[in-house]
Amino acid sequence: MIEMTDVTKTFVLRRRTGRGPRRERTPVRAVDGVTFTVDRGEFLGYLGPNGAGKSTTIKMLTGILTPTSGRIRVAGLDPSRARTTLARRIGVVFGQRTTLWWDLPLKDSLTLVRRLYRVEEHAYRTRLAELTALLELEPFLATPVRQLSLGQRMRGDLAAALLHDPELLVLDEPTIGLDVVSKATVRGFLARLNAERGTTILLTTHDLGDIERLCRRVMIIDHGRPAFDGDLAALRRAAGADRQLIVELAAPVPPVELDGVEVTGVEGPRQTLRLPDGANAASVVASLAARYEIRDIALRETGIEEIVARLYRGDQELSTPVSP
Amino acid sequence: MVSRAVDGDAGAATRAGRAVSTYCLLAWTWIRAAAQYPVSIALLALGTMVTAGMDIAGILVMFGRTPRIAGFTAVEVLFLYGTSSLSFGASDILLGTTERLGEHVRNGTLDALLVRPVSPLIQIATEDFTPRRFGRLLPPVLVLAFVLPRVPVDWTPGRVAMVPLMLASGMVIFAGLWVLCAALQFVLLNSHGATKAITYGGSFLTQYPMTLFARDFVRGVTFVVPLAFVNWEPALYVLGRPDPLGLPGWTRFASPAVGAALCAVAAVAWRAGLRRYRSTGS
Repeated sequence: MIEMTDVTKTFVLRRRTGRGPRRERTPVRAVDGVTFTVDRGEFLGYLGPNGAGKSTTIKMLTGILTPTSGRIRVAGLDPSRARTTLARRIGVVFGQRTTLWWDLPLKDSLTLVRRLYRVEEHAYRTRLAELTALLELEPFLATPVRQLSLGQRMRGDLAAALLHDPELLVLDEPTIGLDVVSKATVRGFLARLNAERGTTILLTTHDLGDIERLCRRVMIIDHGRPAFDGDLAALRRAAGADRQLIVELAAPVPPVELDGVEVTGVEGPRQTLRLPDGANAASVVASLAARYEIRDIALRETGIEEIVARLYRGDQELSTPVSP
Repeated sequence: MVSRAVDGDAGAATRAGRAVSTYCLLAWTWIRAAAQYPVSIALLALGTMVTAGMDIAGILVMFGRTPRIAGFTAVEVLFLYGTSSLSFGASDILLGTTERLGEHVRNGTLDALLVRPVSPLIQIATEDFTPRRFGRLLPPVLVLAFVLPRVPVDWTPGRVAMVPLMLASGMVIFAGLWVLCAALQFVLLNSHGATKAITYGGSFLTQYPMTLFARDFVRGVTFVVPLAFVNWEPALYVLGRPDPLGLPGWTRFASPAVGAALCAVAAVAWRAGLRRYRSTGS
């Protein structure tokens, strides 16, 4: 569905230096040699800190920007050359700004989209009914887009992007600023769309809930370079996301001694143990219980937030190389 | 599944037809949206009309002091006014909002236009299309209706045919200028003011006999910005006057060619501008 081969995008920043009209030109590599393939039916999350090159990648995939070098194919087309032809086959949603017409009622916007994408009347009706039900659009179909709440607007944008039944849906931060309920609706909808229709979905996000809930595959980009590509479990492993066992003993004792287990914290009777990757938590607990009296026990996995934060800060060398 | 229309190899005529029908569709949608506030439309149309009519008042005031300016009578100047103003008004209705391109680039909303399967130029040109814009056509139409029977002209068939021809070519020339200016905004992001000076300033310039302005300046304008062809050259033919600048006779019939050339240049510039945007992301 998507093929990117060694794609680079260089912007030239012009900065005024000192006095006078002379400007210094500094080239900035927003995307620096990105290569990846997305197959039909995949659900890919594209992560990265601000300015890492996520949006630039999306803009190149949709044909808005022309890559400086490298080769891109989306649905077999070169996006920058066949932008309008490609536009009929993909759906694009920007979380930060709407692609709907600000002053038109949502319903009119959707009719207009139908005409612009030349969707047949019959197919349109079926599709609209489906989307209206799934995204609960009914209550605000007649409201001008400018009066919609952010959550409603996002659902409207999704409907508009999907009316022509695209093969690929590209979402740039679709859940940004949404409340919990709207987020859940949008996520549930995307999961169904991918599972039932087989629509390939690529989304960028800062909300790791989106990733945990939706994406079978995660790609992380940092400073324009791919830093990770794999599934969630691989991400945890790669980031050295170990588990922690918190035990509350009957009385304060010196740090427990157990093979392969490291004590990372002692707070009175409560001790925090770090379990190595692949350790069997049950047997650790069993051998602990044989030697100490345990009041309470908790097992904590490193949250995805923490893993990603570590990756962004770069304090963790990734042990899994990026797949070619 | 929805059938997916693929129009990769549609002919040029089909594509042009689609562009026109898309334009009408979008414009009609905006008109309907605006029609929710009919009173506001009526008032704004009136306002637009009055503003446009102020120019006429200006011309009349000047001729209240002198019977001729640069050898032209009030009726002849009003003829120049009417033809240029009608051409400009029509081009403004069709393409005036393209001057907002810079805003779209700055706000990042151009990206949203680029992901639709329709030329961004059509999308911007139809934006906020409201019936009130037609208000600006009324003053020049009234002026022409008043002036045409009164200009001291021997109406040969050629002269009669020249009037609609000069209106149409004038409109095409202004249309080319609008697109050219929009294309320029890709380069000069804050050029909103500068482009206004070319289009609106040009419209003002053509309302007066070119001889009012210095000779060299007019020469420059004639060749650099071909505004003189909007109505000046063809008007000289209609009014049966010698060219005060001594340009060859064929220039009086060159307006359609100038319009076509200008549109070709504008199309190239627009494409270049868009390509530049897409490679810099400004």
